[in-house]
Amino acid sequence: MATMQELASKEGSFSGGHRMCAGCPVPIFTRMLSRVTDYEVVVCSATGCLEVASTIFPYSAWKVPWVHTAFENAAATMSGVEAAYKVLKKKGKTDKQIKCVAIGGDGGTYDIGLQSLSGAMERGHDMLYICYDNGAYMNTGIQRSSATPMGAATTTTPVGKESSGKAHLKKDLTSIMVSHDLDYVAQASIHNPVDLSKKIKKGIELDGPAFLNILSPCIPGWRIDPSSSVELARMGVETKFWNLFEVEHGKYTINYRPRKDVPVADWILAQGRFKHLKRPEHKHLLEELQSQVDGQWARLLKLAGE
Amino acid sequence: MAEAMRQINPEVVAAFPITPSTQVIEDFAKFVADARVDTELVTVESEHSAMSACIGASLSGARAMTATSSQGLALMWEMLYIASSMRQPIMMTLVNRALAGGINIHCDHGDSMGARDAGWIQIYSENNQEAYDNMVMAPAIAENAGVRLPIMVCQDGFIISHSIETMQIEDDEGVRSFIGERLTEHSLLDTDNPASWGALDLADYYIEHKRAQIDAMANAKTVIQEVSERFNEQFGRKYELFESYRLEDAERVIVAISSVSGEIKQTIDTLREKGEKVGLLKIRVFRPFPYDEIREALKNAGIVAVLDRSASFGAYGPLFGEIRTALADLENPPMTYNRTFGLGGRETFPSDIADIFAESERYLQGGKIEKVSDILNVRGD
Ligand SMILES: Cc1ncc(C[n+]2csc(CCOP(=O)(O)OP(=O)(O)O)c2C)c(N)n1
Ligand code: SF4
Ligand SMILES: [Mg+2]
Repeated sequence: MATMQELASKEGSFSGGHRMCAGCPVPIFTRMLSRVTDYEVVVCSATGCLEVASTIFPYSAWKVPWVHTAFENAAATMSGVEAAYKVLKKKGKTDKQIKCVAIGGDGGTYDIGLQSLSGAMERGHDMLYICYDNGAYMNTGIQRSSATPMGAATTTTPVGKESSGKAHLKKDLTSIMVSHDLDYVAQASIHNPVDLSKKIKKGIELDGPAFLNILSPCIPGWRIDPSSSVELARMGVETKFWNLFEVEHGKYTINYRPRKDVPVADWILAQGRFKHLKRPEHKHLLEELQSQVDGQWARLLKLAGE
Repeated sequence: MAEAMRQINPEVVAAFPITPSTQVIEDFAKFVADARVDTELVTVESEHSAMSACIGASLSGARAMTATSSQGLALMWEMLYIASSMRQPIMMTLVNRALAGGINIHCDHGDSMGARDAGWIQIYSENNQEAYDNMVMAPAIAENAGVRLPIMVCQDGFIISHSIETMQIEDDEGVRSFIGERLTEHSLLDTDNPASWGALDLADYYIEHKRAQIDAMANAKTVIQEVSERFNEQFGRKYELFESYRLEDAERVIVAISSVSGEIKQTIDTLREKGEKVGLLKIRVFRPFPYDEIREALKNAGIVAVLDRSASFGAYGPLFGEIRTALADLENPPMTYNRTFGLGGRETFPSDIADIFAESERYLQGGKIEKVSDILNVRGD
């Protein structure tokens, strides 16, 4: 594995000058795509913040071939690219060693794109699908998605007399992808570039379908300070809200174990989208979230055979 | 159609089953299974993904094809526009079928007519021979450097798609030499010259990109004529933008699309024997619409009845609108009226066609159209 310095010395797949918010952590992983591997990568983005903010005709922040077609179909679009590559390679029309990477936000992945993702993974296309989970439809103004944590205020789950934010627990998409019995499924976080780059490399280089889910804090969506996104990702992992693990054909490996038990409330209450949970009448929600996180960790230990 | 697809031997076919186009994909899957083609068949989980995969494949420099009908085309809708906006010469067999609600597997043109503004070239076929021939011509039309647009070859569901007919299938070598290789200037797989496709396109450029699409569609008219000419030279079957059947001296004309033309021709032959001056203009190319050529062809007619096999709720039929527009610039335009027929597979008989010609005669004599639009063979009249 290359050191971080070596990684940084290679041409990145993504340049500066894009229009993502100051402090947005998404470019941390988009820059890595070409740096972690010697393969050539071709990227497809679903509609969302990354797509909108990385290209505005005639400009593009992408230094590798990149395509966007629509919101719900990054995996399907990539299926076609991968199928074409296979045939053109066989026919000798390209001699490049190319790998396909599809990227979607949580909306484009957990929700509207779930079907096309499931289809592409089941068909076994050689591609890495990366979801950057910022927990809402940020590009359209912070509406809830099925990845939004319970209790979070969004523009479609506002806090009010009858509402304390989103009423339902977050969907466990990573488990759904594990159920596809894929070559590789993993969760990563943008605060840990060593773990993250290792996972991107693995997902890109293996021959077959791989899925990587990345926790990616959002400045306006989480109502946090631009300087705190990396720290909030770290806290998400330390509080076991978001665990770092990988699964190869059903075999679980936990990549990081928090040394201390940090209450999930520490992470929750550091974000403006949960600020109403500070009020005593919402105490039960914090307890519910804690018990969900505890249950999730216990389940993970069991799955990892511990 | 599967036979034409086998001869084209596209790199990628992505499709999802739907009656009556399913057979095309099943037959093609057998060609793949028997290694008679080099194609990757992507058996996607929906038509939306079928069109998405075709776009991805085509951007990568592959020839990409699909087949669908009705609900399948409806589910592709979003991606139809994206395929044409990205200027990808994707080829589709569209087996025309009515759209739900009230699910119906039989023929009408509601599916393709709804997609007429999606930026696809649309060519309609009267029978299997025409459908095959049109598909053989499709790559040369769609991939032409001045065009680069997706193309839909339409045929009537069941009436044509499931009929048995003697037809001429050309030999593989002949077809392959006619088609040639796809030449792509830019490919997504060209990692030495990385490009971005499908960027956000706001008010400062969008309209120029649309204008380029509009111009490409206009070029398609000439290219379709050139390719049809070349097809005739090589295979000996002549195609034009539309077919003129006993039109030369016709006073009363019917304009129609696809399989109903068979009944119309038959009726015309009978009436001609009785000395009646009747004729047919059969639309082949609906997008781009050949306004000038149609105006020229109909300028001497006294009356034109336009048959639409789809409804545009709250408006005249889509074909009628185009024909009236084409004729509006004539100093003495023929009288025109519109008849909707055959929705959801409702049968139309030669006697219905004879009735239309008789109605035209009445209007012509009386100098007045009594009913501009009406529906044939419908209850409640
Ligand atoms: C079919 C369709 N429906 C809705 C939209 C509007 N839309 C564009 S991006 C987006 C949300 C994206 O959310 P997510 O995938 O989480 O990415 P993020 O913006 O958070 O990065 C929505 C709703 C669309 N472009 N297409
Ligand atoms: S809204 Fe959030 S995800 Fe989108 S660019 Fe800004 S910080 Fe990044
Ligand atoms: Mg999101």
